[in-house]
Parts: sequence; C-alpha cells; structure tokens
Amino acid sequence: MAVPLECYLGLSVALFTLGAIGVLIRRNILIILMCIEMMLNAVNLAFIGFADTFKAVDGQMFVFFVMTVAAAEVAVGLALVVAVFRNRATVSVDDLNLMKW
Amino acid sequence: MTINIPTFCLSSIGPWLTLTVTAIVVLLLDALSPKGRKAYFPQLSLLGLAVAAVQTVRLWGRTGDDFARMVYLDNFAFFFYLVLILGAALTVLISRQYLEDYGKNLGEYYALILFATLGMMLMVAGAHLIMIFLGLEIMSIAIYVLAGLFREDLRSNEAAIKYLVLGAFSSAFLLFGMAMLYGASGGTLYLNDLAHRLVETAALTKPLTLLGLALLLVGFGFKVASVPFHMWTPDVYEGAPTSVTAFMAVGVKAAAFAAFARIMFLVFPAFLPQWNMLLWVLAVATMTLGNVVAIAQSNIKRMLAYSSIAHAGYLLVGLIAANQLGGVSLLYYLLAYTLMNVGAFGVVILVGRKKDSYLNINDYAGLGAQHPALAAAMAIFMFALAGMPGTVGFIGKFYIFSAAIQAGYLWLVLIGVMNSLISVFYYLRITVIMYMRPAEADLGAIAFTPSMNAALVLTAAATIWFGIFPGLIYNLALNSMKAFPGL
Repeated sequence: MAVPLECYLGLSVALFTLGAIGVLIRRNILIILMCIEMMLNAVNLAFIGFADTFKAVDGQMFVFFVMTVAAAEVAVGLALVVAVFRNRATVSVDDLNLMKW
Repeated sequence: MTINIPTFCLSSIGPWLTLTVTAIVVLLLDALSPKGRKAYFPQLSLLGLAVAAVQTVRLWGRTGDDFARMVYLDNFAFFFYLVLILGAALTVLISRQYLEDYGKNLGEYYALILFATLGMMLMVAGAHLIMIFLGLEIMSIAIYVLAGLFREDLRSNEAAIKYLVLGAFSSAFLLFGMAMLYGASGGTLYLNDLAHRLVETAALTKPLTLLGLALLLVGFGFKVASVPFHMWTPDVYEGAPTSVTAFMAVGVKAAAFAAFARIMFLVFPAFLPQWNMLLWVLAVATMTLGNVVAIAQSNIKRMLAYSSIAHAGYLLVGLIAANQLGGVSLLYYLLAYTLMNVGAFGVVILVGRKKDSYLNINDYAGLGAQHPALAAAMAIFMFALAGMPGTVGFIGKFYIFSAAIQAGYLWLVLIGVMNSLISVFYYLRITVIMYMRPAEADLGAIAFTPSMNAALVLTAAATIWFGIFPGLIYNLALNSMKAFPGL
C-alpha cells in the first residue's frame, strides 16, 4: 500500500513544528538537543516522501548525510554539555547567563 | 546492471585535498610527538595553507564543474578560496602566543581551523544542495569545538553551547528549506537544474518554493548574523577565544555570504521581487540594530560583535542590488573585512595581555603614548571599519552603495550612509580613548611576537594599500562575477 505524499508531509511538518517549539520553550539542554534531532528527522521524512513520489534517489541520499551530520553534531553537543556540567553542575539554559547586554 | 563511474580530475579539488591531508598530519603528529615538542604546528598549517593557495592560483580561470556536477569550478569559488585561506592563515599567525598563555597551544586547534576552512571551501564551490549542507556542517562543527576550546573557562563553555544549539537549530531550518525546494522542483538538488525547474513548475508549486526560500533565508540569516537571527552573535563572540572569534567573524561570514549569494543569484533570479523586499527589511534592521547597540558596549569584543552584525547589513545591501557591481562589491568587501577585522582582533589579543585581562574599551587609554605603533595599527583598523576614505572599508562601502544606486534602491543607500555615520562614533571613540586619554597606570610590557607583528603589519599595510589602489582586487572580483552571466 502506497502512502500518499500528503501524509508524509503532514507528519513531517507536525514533527518539525513540535521540535521547533520544544527548542524554544524547554529549559534543559539535553531535551533541546533531542528536539533538534526531531526537527532533523522531520526533514528526513520530507525528503523520503518526496524521493518516493518522484522516484528520484537524491532525496534518500540526502537522508544519510543528514543522519551522519546529526550524529556528529550531537557528539559535540553532548561533549559540551559534559564540560558545562563539570564547571557549573547544571544543564539548564537559564543558568547560562554570564553574558548579557 | 552496469554502473558508470563518472570521470573526474583530482586537481580540481586540489586545495581541499591539501588542507585535509595537512589537518590529518597535524593530528597524527600531535598524537605521536613527545610532550613539549609541539611548537611546529603553526608553521605546518601555514605551509598547508600556502600550498592550497598556490593550487588555487593555478586553478584560476578554470570553468565548468567536476565530480559528476557536484563541484563548481569558477573564479567566484576560487576568489573565495583565497579569501578563506587568507583568513585562516592570519588566524594561525595571531593565535600562537595567545593560546600558549592559556596552555592550549594544541595540535587539534590548528587541525580544526584547517577542517573549518575546508568546510567553507565546500560551501563556496558546492553545486549541489548536499555539498552546501555538508560544507556548512563541516565548518560549523569544527567551530563549535573551537569556541569551546578553553574547557575550564565558563564563558567559553557558554559561548560554545549557545552557538551549537542555535547553529543546529538554524541548520534544521536550512535543511527543511532544502527539502521544500526538492519537492517544489520535482526532485532535483543541483543548483543549475533547480533554477529552471522551479520556474517551469512555478504555477503549481509556487507556495512550496516560497516556503523553501523563506526557510533558506532563515538558515543563512543565522550564519551571517542578520537581524532577527543575530542573538547568538554577541555572546558567542565575547565568550569564544579571541583568535577563534576573529576566525568566526571573517571566515564564517565570507563562506556563508558566498553560498547565500550563489544560491540567490543562480537559483532564485526569477523570484527576485519576493526575496528582495524581504532582504531590504532585514538589511535595514541589521545595519541599524548593529550600529546603535554597538554604541552602548564597553567590552571591545562585544562591540566588534555588534559591528560585525552591522557589516552583515551592509553586505546584504550588495546582495539586494543583485547586479554585477553588487556581486563585485560583495567580494571586495568580504576581502576587506577579512583584512581589517583580523587586524583589529589581533590588537585586541595584544592589549588583552595575559588571559584577556584587559578587554574594556577604557583599557585602551594611554596606548597612543606608550605603544605608538600598536595604537597606530588599531587606529587604521578602526578607520577602515568606519569606512574612512583611504582605507579598504571606504572603497568597499562605496562599491556597495553605488551598486544599490544602480539598482535603484535610493532609500536603502540613504539609510546605509546614515548608519555608516553612526558607526563612526563608536569606532572613533576607541581612537580618541587611545590618543586623548592618559593611562591610569603604566600599561606594562606587551608581548609582541614575530608572527603577531607580521599579521598586524600585513593587514594594516593591505588595508591602506588596497584602499588607495583597489584596481587589482576590483578586477579579480569582476572576473569572478563572470560566473553569473545572468547578472
């Protein structure tokens, strides 16, 4: 059974929006990183949906690159979270307030 | 089934290969060499950058594409290769003593600078959206790590994590925009194909195209630090190590603007009225906010961060003009900005002395009397950033504003010139403090090193020289803009 493009896109947009809202309102850096992952996965879903509809393989290739890059980004992100936690014993963005104008 | 392997020529990505190999060699040597004998990484990096520059010069004039149409070979890309290599080399020159003071003169710093430069090159030469995305991320991930280089320093931590979260957030928008364009064009990611596919299918998929365009603007807006996506800039610039700030300010901006300009000029010429009005508003807001808020800053790095936001606004004007002179002015200004900004950050490092103890603008009092050469260099950079005649900053702004006049954006130019006047206030204030106000105490010795001296003399001399004789750069830039025959 073929899933129509609208379903892919609807789910993708919903996931992306949820992720974006999560980044903006959550206060824990780990949750924010997860929300960013969700946004990237929403992008992947959109690419797969389009690639399936157009029978063009570029979109599916793109997904592999996005996944690889997301993994690298999270590796660096978690390392930084560990560094912050060692110095400040906090993972909340509200406590990252040394610099303000 | 047979698979055709496309032919390719390794020399067309020679500079990339050189930088990759140099970076890996630096990392290996770092791991293998005994402790205390690691002084040669800057020289090795400079050697790699020099070889890459020579390869770029030898590529100059090549046209077309390579690697199954993934890589553009044109002078536009090569011009930016040279600007990026220059920025990276100057950064290496100003870093060494600064990092040693912090005990962080490590091999991975230089390797990461080289990898980031490589990512920037991928961005400016990318002919396929995957290439541009990959370049952007190679650059960004390396720079997230660099911003957090001082692990024990709370500000550096904070800068890195803020940059990472907001950078990844903006990448997600950029990617979603790319996905929308992929859908709108009916399944292609090549920039060349996107341009005419988007026009052909315009009747059917225009909303999707515009959504993709808007999301791309958000993504690039973050990277070039344009209002309203500028919030990270002051914090990250202030918290990151000063040498990394210099690299971020010039390299990331140049690469992001290059990719931005290529996409706008190549893929969206048919949608000019749509993106132009949007960018008009963004440019005005960016210039005004950057300049007005910079006045209120007392930390020099923060002031330069807001100045960098303001400069993003001027550069957007060149992009909006969307004519040949606009492109030329963009290329010229990004080179000029590299020279004057790395120079200014070099002085900030020297005046900051041990571990950035003196970053307030009032710490510059008495510099003119006690260290006249350093003060003169800073004055040159400040004059150039303010756009005084006789410096590269003036010529760059002159090209940008004449391009906008040519394209008929009179009001934009008026606002730009007014902004330029506002900016004179805070740049000249530094000069006034240096020369007119006596030092509260003896400033003490400043640790000049040969490499730092070389970087400052080179940037100061080039700032003046190309401000008086802009012909050479102008011709190179004009030649580069032939990559976009439609303009």
